[in-house]
Amino acid sequence: MLGLTGAGAALGVAGFAGGFATRAATADDTTPPAKYPFFGAHQAGIATPAQDRLHFAAFDVTTTDRQELVTLLRAWSMAAARMTAGESASAEETSYDAPPADTGEADGLPASGLTITIGFGPGLFRDASGKDRFGIAARAPKALRTLPHFPGDNLDAARSGGDLCIQACADDPQVAVHAVRNLARIGFGTVALRWSQLGFGRTSSTSTSQATPRNLFGFKDGTANLKAEDPDLLDKHVWVARGDDSGAEWLAGGSYLVARRINMQIETWDRTSLREQETNIGRDRANGAPLSGGTEFSAVDFAMKGRGGTPIIDPRSHVRLAHPSTNGGVQMLRRGYNFTDGSNALGRIDAGLFFIAFVRNPDTHYIPMQTRLASQDRLQEYLQHTGSGLFAVPPGADEGSYVGASLFEGR
Amino acid sequence: MNRRLSLLLAGPVIAGTTLVGCTSNSPSGAGNGELTVTSTATECQVSANSAPSGTVVFKVKNTGNEVTEFYLLASDGLRIVGEIENITPQLTRDLVVQVPPGKYYTSCKPGMVGNGVQAAFTVTDSGKKLEATGDDKALITTATGLYASYVKDQTDKLLSGTESFVKAYKAGDFDKARALYAPTRIYWERIETVAESFGDLDPSMDAREADLEPGQKWTGWHKIEKDLWPPKTGYTALTAAERNSVADQLLKDTRTLHSRTRTQTYTVDGMGNGSKGLLDEVATGKVTGEEETWSHTDLWDFQGNVDGAKVAFENLRPILTKKDPALETSVATKFTALQKVLDKHRKGDGFKLYTELSKTEIKELSDAVNALSEPLSKVTAAVLK
Ligand SMILES: [Cu+2]
Repeated sequence: MLGLTGAGAALGVAGFAGGFATRAATADDTTPPAKYPFFGAHQAGIATPAQDRLHFAAFDVTTTDRQELVTLLRAWSMAAARMTAGESASAEETSYDAPPADTGEADGLPASGLTITIGFGPGLFRDASGKDRFGIAARAPKALRTLPHFPGDNLDAARSGGDLCIQACADDPQVAVHAVRNLARIGFGTVALRWSQLGFGRTSSTSTSQATPRNLFGFKDGTANLKAEDPDLLDKHVWVARGDDSGAEWLAGGSYLVARRINMQIETWDRTSLREQETNIGRDRANGAPLSGGTEFSAVDFAMKGRGGTPIIDPRSHVRLAHPSTNGGVQMLRRGYNFTDGSNALGRIDAGLFFIAFVRNPDTHYIPMQTRLASQDRLQEYLQHTGSGLFAVPPGADEGSYVGASLFEGR
Repeated sequence: MNRRLSLLLAGPVIAGTTLVGCTSNSPSGAGNGELTVTSTATECQVSANSAPSGTVVFKVKNTGNEVTEFYLLASDGLRIVGEIENITPQLTRDLVVQVPPGKYYTSCKPGMVGNGVQAAFTVTDSGKKLEATGDDKALITTATGLYASYVKDQTDKLLSGTESFVKAYKAGDFDKARALYAPTRIYWERIETVAESFGDLDPSMDAREADLEPGQKWTGWHKIEKDLWPPKTGYTALTAAERNSVADQLLKDTRTLHSRTRTQTYTVDGMGNGSKGLLDEVATGKVTGEEETWSHTDLWDFQGNVDGAKVAFENLRPILTKKDPALETSVATKFTALQKVLDKHRKGDGFKLYTELSKTEIKELSDAVNALSEPLSKVTAAVLK
């Protein structure tokens, strides 16, 4: 199925499934703090300025022992606190005849803004047969489950799901990869790496003074993202509040992480006329202005009519369908990354957007929007969702404690 | 909708595209006799009041706060030589026109109402020869007329094929239905982009299970496909009543498609885009084996899409030969090459199943599709030139 789309006109922004995420402060011009503390009220890597690189990993828990799982979370938190401070994963002295405790490839590199964010998948609470795995099923968040099948999904099980996830972001890819590698190593025997994704080209913005990055379709992506400096909006749309889910109060101060691997039909897109590209997106490619006119940050005018009374911005354009006004006012904090995993068996570029969004509730802030996009978005013709995951992200840990303590210690 | 070259069917309103002129909003550099036009709330400032004959580019910037339009009018001040619609505030759009020497008028129309702000404009003789537009008109009429006949013929065959298919399926003659499935669908695939432009019919007739929207009732070819080639586990065959219902719906939709295509008219850009769209279909669904999940008869669909694209191209060919002979040759050569690769997989009256292809063979098909798609994507702009 496809729709014969004829011609269109100007261009816009896009962040798939969501609207548009913008790029964060560039390290070059503002010298942001090179270190973000691991401990705090919220986990780092959500409202902290988006770094340039990503290594995201999802794990299956292989142990059946609750204590082993807790021990792992403690060990991960300790190692994460060290690595985000620019130190090695472990202070442990090892014998010359033993393998070193840290893998070493980040020695001498600065912290590079590394953040490590840990999330819990639905499978941590109940296994496929519904069995309570670690005595925590009763406290599973209501909204935490496998995302529904959306029209056009072509999910690869080997790139989807997971009991635990780690999002490592840094301004240096070697630092992000080092973090995941060492955490995976610490986890051997307790967890097994299920899938992972590398990303580049941050897609979050913390300030309107920053240039908006472009996605792999060549359009500015993320002009209208939630800004980290707007705590009121974060409280409203990102952080789970006390009372949101009476059975899972441990999640208050946390969030939900939606991960979607969105392959882009690069070659087909590149053969599409600029007119149609712009119609699909709803914005001008050159400067990111909405097709209703103005500049990149001009408000989009969906009511503006052109010749013959037809809306200037196509009702099925990405900008319209992803806009908060089409989605009951909900917003998301998008933190996605471009990715390229070389090429596929057909010699096509295996590339797209690794979409990450943090939301207060996926049932209200993601699923309805994605359902709408999957069935109506003109861009859908050029996209295929190939991976998917939903994780509950616990609140930040206190110094000396660990991520997940609020769940396992029954606070 | 553009008055002279409306899109294939319903389509978005776009900046003007005329036979003698086309718009482009590429932010490409200035120079080469480019003229700038500033359309304000009340004025229409053109950077010069004359230009040499040949290709003239007007870069029109809207500095007003309403949607504006720009026209190049003939000496009578009425006939439109070139136009751009829907220039929204602060955006710039290009009008590219080929104009012979003579007297003209430029005109901006802020708010898209009234007579516009006109000014005289002269095109001096540069000695360059221009194409005769009257000739083009005849070629276009022929091309679109031939294509309309083709679509009608294919829907005739689709309808009679579907009647036999539905009859066998309803009667429980599954062997016969399976044999008719792919050879009938090929008529659908040949005109797929036309059928798809009817937004109501496409989901009802051709939806794949993976593409369903929540709550959407699954009907059409692929639902029957699954029932004829059921998965080994976890599938419950349709009851006779369910079979009748889905079969009747498919036939009804096919009849609707048939009747709508009796009077449908086409445009050259619609044909060009449709031809490219059919190859995109091949690249996205057929060469990946996703279209026919249960029957694996993807190569029949592949051939159908290629046939349909080729017919549209052949009908446009006389125009393309005039406008861009190198492109015409390139596309034609690559159609032949793709067909050659496809022909390797013929078996009996049809084709091998997708599952019988090796990875190398699939890659070879994909490469041939890529090779054709690239020049084919340039055909629409070329025939409009
Ligand atoms: Cu988006």
